[in-house]
Amino acid sequence: MPLIQVIAIIINFFFLLYTSRMIIKGKLREEYAIVWWILGGFLLLFSVWTDGLAFFVHLLGVVVPANLIFSVLIFIILIYLLHLSRVNSKLQQSVTNLTQEVAILKQKLESLEDKK
Amino acid sequence: MKTKVLIVIPCFNEAESLPKLADELKKVSVPIEYDIIPLVVNDCSKDNTVLVAKELGFKVLDLPNNLGIGGAVQAGIKYAYRNNFDYAVQMDGDGQHPPEELIKILEAAKIKNADVVIGSRFLEKNGFQSTFLRRLGIRYFFALNKLLTRARIYDSTSGYRLLGKNAMAIAVKYYPDDYPEPESLVFFARAGLKIVEIPIIMRLRQGGVSSITGFKTVNYMVKVTLSMLFSYIRKF
Repeated sequence: MPLIQVIAIIINFFFLLYTSRMIIKGKLREEYAIVWWILGGFLLLFSVWTDGLAFFVHLLGVVVPANLIFSVLIFIILIYLLHLSRVNSKLQQSVTNLTQEVAILKQKLESLEDKK
Repeated sequence: MKTKVLIVIPCFNEAESLPKLADELKKVSVPIEYDIIPLVVNDCSKDNTVLVAKELGFKVLDLPNNLGIGGAVQAGIKYAYRNNFDYAVQMDGDGQHPPEELIKILEAAKIKNADVVIGSRFLEKNGFQSTFLRRLGIRYFFALNKLLTRARIYDSTSGYRLLGKNAMAIAVKYYPDDYPEPESLVFFARAGLKIVEIPIIMRLRQGGVSSITGFKTVNYMVKVTLSMLFSYIRKF
């Protein structure tokens, strides 16, 4: 087993361990965790199954193996960024609503206290 | 029964211009059938806008986060809608919108039975007319607005405007964040509301600086055009 493969497997192991720890500690929502788990799983698969890349490169007719890796990863990252933008937009809307509610409640509270 | 009118004054660092505004508001002789209540919406000012506003006797909505003009105005509209106001009038805190013009706007809403009344700088060539480039931009918005809403609105970027109950009901559900004025007209028109534009006289701002200068104008044009187009096709 080449050294790089050992390093890859070890790093992957820690990656999965770290994401699991974050879920357990409640720092990462499960819906995001799943994405990272699947990604970690893929990386682990290819670091163990070294012929895997060659197999897919051949299957798809890609000339340089590295290109396949880059295309797939960039595509995944783009989709994920889009997802995050959507989440962010939703969050922003929620923050706006909450801010307005807080301000209105604060006003009401103050006017009630003034009446006393 | 009196007609309840909420004056929504979105403020970002307007502590200096508020006293003058309060003074002028007091001097306006609004017909007695109107019950005028001014509300300052403080959008996270860095100066003591809240203190000054409270001392002047304004009602204050103090937003804990900076929401931008759209969110601040919407907060005021929500307040008006929930507290059963008949009209909400948006009036800038920087002194560009003279309070005495309020009477014209209220009368227009009543006589023409309008859901939205826009105080326009351009129907009559009076008062502050803005710079050439800005007028060019406003002409562009006129064309775009006419295309999208079939309404002929000359001053679609004017922030001096009145919303009736129907318009408020729509604005509490959705109101754009960044540059709400032209875009909101698109969805008000789509909802079949009656939009009326009346001539008023605006002044140069008394304090503070315009939020849109230099390169931001290009950004403004593009952003507003896009949001107007999206508002035209989106489902509500």
